[in-house]
Amino acid sequence: MLTKRTIKDILAKHAMFFLACAVSLLVIFIFGGLFFKSSTILKNKPLAELLFSVDWHPSRGNFGFAPFIMGTIWVTVVAIFLAVPASLLTAIFLAEYAHKKIRGVIKPVLDLLAGISPVIFGVFGILVIVPFVGNGLKPFCEKFLGFIPFFRSDNFTGYSVLSAGIVLAIMIFPTMAQVAEEVVNSVPQETRESSLALGATKWETIKYVVVKKAGAGIIAAIILGLSRAFGETIAVLMVVGNVIKVPHSLFDAAYTLPALIANNYGEMMSIPLYDSALLLAALILLAVTVFFNIGAWFILLRIEKSYV
Amino acid sequence: MSKINKRIIEEKAFKIVMHTVCAAVVLIFLIMLATIVIKGLPGLNLKMLTHQPLRGSYAEGGGGILNAILGSVYLALGATFLAGLIGIPVALFINVYLKKNSRFATLIRFSFDVLWGIPSIVYGAFGFIIMIFFHMRSSLLAGIITIAFLELPIMTRAADSILKMVPLELKEISLSLGATRFETAFRIIFKQAFPGILTAILIGLGRGIGDAAAVMFTAGYTDSLPTSLFRPVATLPLAIFYQLGTPFPEVQQRGYTSALVLMLVILFISIFSRILTKRFQQNVLR
Repeated sequence: MLTKRTIKDILAKHAMFFLACAVSLLVIFIFGGLFFKSSTILKNKPLAELLFSVDWHPSRGNFGFAPFIMGTIWVTVVAIFLAVPASLLTAIFLAEYAHKKIRGVIKPVLDLLAGISPVIFGVFGILVIVPFVGNGLKPFCEKFLGFIPFFRSDNFTGYSVLSAGIVLAIMIFPTMAQVAEEVVNSVPQETRESSLALGATKWETIKYVVVKKAGAGIIAAIILGLSRAFGETIAVLMVVGNVIKVPHSLFDAAYTLPALIANNYGEMMSIPLYDSALLLAALILLAVTVFFNIGAWFILLRIEKSYV
Repeated sequence: MSKINKRIIEEKAFKIVMHTVCAAVVLIFLIMLATIVIKGLPGLNLKMLTHQPLRGSYAEGGGGILNAILGSVYLALGATFLAGLIGIPVALFINVYLKKNSRFATLIRFSFDVLWGIPSIVYGAFGFIIMIFFHMRSSLLAGIITIAFLELPIMTRAADSILKMVPLELKEISLSLGATRFETAFRIIFKQAFPGILTAILIGLGRGIGDAAAVMFTAGYTDSLPTSLFRPVATLPLAIFYQLGTPFPEVQQRGYTSALVLMLVILFISIFSRILTKRFQQNVLR
């Protein structure tokens, strides 16, 4: 009994099945494409040299990614260090304490903040964060904490690891806070009630019971923020200073992997192996972020299953 | 007694810290808006919005940003259309054709979550590889395809989470009345979730219009107005980025104004989609 309607149904089913399969395979296509293109340089240079050498002179055929990898790690760690406490406190506050009216203000602000373009964050960074770091924080820290090499730098400007970290922290904050809030919300009410009934204060209940229960999910939220920070391009590029050197201080300028790709795509076709090297940088970014995201996904899936 | 005091004081202290953090977040957001408005407003006039940059006189900074505005609009609309064409049917497929918690549905959701996490610069690099493969030059079309990849997971995830909220009974009633799954998906579920799906599309649009890293390689940049799918186009995010990079104050002013325009567009899209979400939540049958 194949009427026109059932034929339509079957055709649509196959078309959508095909689309779904194609999309599921997209990650593999991206991996394959980048791997194929970067295999040229992988064949020519040992991987250890690429990853650990600090010598970056494409015109002389030296491709050491270490300054960029270290720059990316520095910036990401600073951002995470700043954003994690703030976003966790916000998430706990929204889920446990906040009055409905306050939630009604904070949650839309988080949504709007999450939607704002990275370039706008970059402009904000140049106009506000960089001067703040360069004229305010840097002289202050050098005066009082200058004996620690971590706070000392011969960089004159505010374009630095710290500026990029602050801008990134603001960027990843909404994502982390939103995911963490959902996780905290998903802790069953009875758990809280039994703790409160035993005489714990609300804060103790949160500290010892809720956060413990939500621990894995909070880690997932942090991982998601981490991978966001790791791959962010334009906003970081605009404030990090773009100096090819392994940074040693919060106030040193640095250069990140995404910034390397974005800044050099124009000239990459004119120097041998250069394009392959830049696409290898993209491959490294892809591998790291996909790894993080898969980790976070499995953690969140387990939580979803355990509470449904 | 002192023990109890300490516990209460600790709670109070943390409450104060939490209030401070939240206030700081709102404050940072407001400072950001204020900075962009203050810097961008002086350059905002009709000429800025209706002219392209004067050619050959970059240092003088004459003309406006119409090239970037039009380019961004074409690019984002094209990409959103393309992503919606793929993403929305896939979201409907997961929720109507597949059983709840089926392995295949989980696999598709997993792929979208992984795609969601891929940085836009990697999409840009991937788009670039495709371009080389087909011997294309940077063009509006290449930009549209790349941004469509970028928007696809964002849009599909959002649409999926909306469709999950549509009650299962609705699907069962429709099927039991003799409708095919196709009719159930596109006539019943789609209609019921329409405001929500529109929200998902708008979220994708907002992300697409604001992204710079993915279009750098693929859409290129030009001072002239977009005329063809096969020529480079300017986009607002890149206009901001490049114009701020020049040493000329007049050109930088164009950059700040572009930032203001982009921010207003994105805020408008975000607020509009929030209103739609509210409406969807009112409409949901319970």
